[in-house]
Amino acid sequence: MQLAQQVKHLVKKEFVLEWRSKYALNGVLLYVVSTVFVCYLSFKVVDKLTWNALFWIIMLFASINAIAKSFLQESKGRQLYIYTLASPVAVIIAKTIYNSILMMLISIIAFAFYSLVFKPEADIDILMYFTATVLGSLSFSTVFTMVSAIASKAGNGGMLMAILSFPVIIPVLIVLIKLTKNAVDGLDRSVSLDEIGLMLVVNVLVVTVSLLLFPYLWRD
Amino acid sequence: MNKIWWKILAAVLVIYSTIAGLLLGVPRLAILNETIRNLYFHVPMWFAMIVLFSISVFYSIKNLNSQNETDDLKAVESANVGIIFGLLGLVTGAVWAKFTWGQFWSFDPKQNFAAISILLYCAYLILRNAIEEEQKRAKISAIYNIFAFPMMVVLLFVLPRLQDSLHPGNGGNPGFNSYDLDSRMRMVFYPACLGWILIGYWIYTIKFRIRNLQNQAQQF
Repeated sequence: MQLAQQVKHLVKKEFVLEWRSKYALNGVLLYVVSTVFVCYLSFKVVDKLTWNALFWIIMLFASINAIAKSFLQESKGRQLYIYTLASPVAVIIAKTIYNSILMMLISIIAFAFYSLVFKPEADIDILMYFTATVLGSLSFSTVFTMVSAIASKAGNGGMLMAILSFPVIIPVLIVLIKLTKNAVDGLDRSVSLDEIGLMLVVNVLVVTVSLLLFPYLWRD
Repeated sequence: MNKIWWKILAAVLVIYSTIAGLLLGVPRLAILNETIRNLYFHVPMWFAMIVLFSISVFYSIKNLNSQNETDDLKAVESANVGIIFGLLGLVTGAVWAKFTWGQFWSFDPKQNFAAISILLYCAYLILRNAIEEEQKRAKISAIYNIFAFPMMVVLLFVLPRLQDSLHPGNGGNPGFNSYDLDSRMRMVFYPACLGWILIGYWIYTIKFRIRNLQNQAQQF
C-alpha cells in the first residue's frame, strides 16, 4: 500500500534526522535529569502522593518541549517539499508514530532515573506503573503532535503551544494520575481497567480527529 | 429563523420560568430545601452552552469546506455567547454550592471539569487573536474548535462519572430527575430549558449580525 510506504519512509526520515543531531533526545533527557535533580534538592523526601504528581509534572513539561519542535522546528521550505511528496495523512501518522516512540523512550529513561533519585514505595505495582507511563507518553504524543501542528501554522511558537495544549491534556492527565496512584498504592489491577479503557478511548478519539483535520491544516 | 414568534416564545418562557420558578411549590428535601429552585436557572445555562458550542462546531466544519467568512463569524460568535452561558452556569452553581456544600468553590470534579472546558474555549479565542490573516485565522481556529469539541464532551460527560462528586446525579447522590423532579417541577424546568436555549440563540444571532455589519462597514 502506498500510504504505508510513505509512512515508513517519513518515520525513517525522522529517525535519521534525529540520529544525526541527537538534539531532541539528549536535550529532553538533560532537561528531565536536571529537573529531577532540582526537585531532589528542594524536596529531599516526598510522600507517595507528591512522588506521583511530581513525576507527571516533570513528564508533562518534558513532553511539551520534546514534541513542540516536531512541527515548529521544520522550515517552511522543507515542509512544502515533504507535502509535495507524501499525502498529509501519511505526514501526521509518521509524526505521531515517531513522537510516540521518542516519548516512550524518554519516559522509560526518566522513570528509571526518577526512581533512582526518589525511592518509590515498597508496595508499588511496578508493572502497572510502567504500563501507565507508556500509555501516558502515547497520549501526550498524540495530543501534542496535533496541537504543535496547529501552533506552528499559527506561526506563534512556544506560548501558543502551551495555551492550546493544556486544556486538552488536563483530562488525560487527571485520568493518568488516578491510574498511577492506583499503581503506587498497590491496588488490585482490575480496579484500574476503567481508566486504561478511557485512556485508550481518548487516544483513539484524538488520533481520529487528527487524521480528519490535518489534511485541512497543511493546505495554505 | 427570521420569524419573530420564537423570540416572543423565548421571552415568555424565560419570564414564566423565572416567576413560576420562584413562586410555585417545590418538594421539601433535606439540605436542598428551597435551593432546589436553582435547577430552573443553573441547568438551562449548561444546556444553552452545549447547544451554542454545537452550533459553533457545526459552522467550523462548514467553514472548512466552504472557506466562507460568514461561517467563521457564526462559529466565533456562538462560541463567545456559549462561554458567557458557561460562566453563568459556573456562577449559579457556585452560589448554590455556597448554601448546600458550604463554600462557593470546593474543587468538586464537576466544577473543575466545567472550568477547564471553559478554558478550552478561551484558548480558542486566544488562538484567534494570535493570527492576523483572516483566511488563515478562520481555518486554523476552525480546526482547533473541532479538535476541542470532543474533549469538552469527555470533560463534561465522561470524566465526572468516574470520580466521586457531590454534584446531584453523581456518585450516588440523587439526581434531580430521579425522584425529586415531580410534575410541578417539570412544568417549570422544561420550559426554562427551552426558553434559555432560545434566548442564547437569539443573543448569538444579534451578535453575529452586529459583527457582520462591522465587517461590511470596514470594507467601505
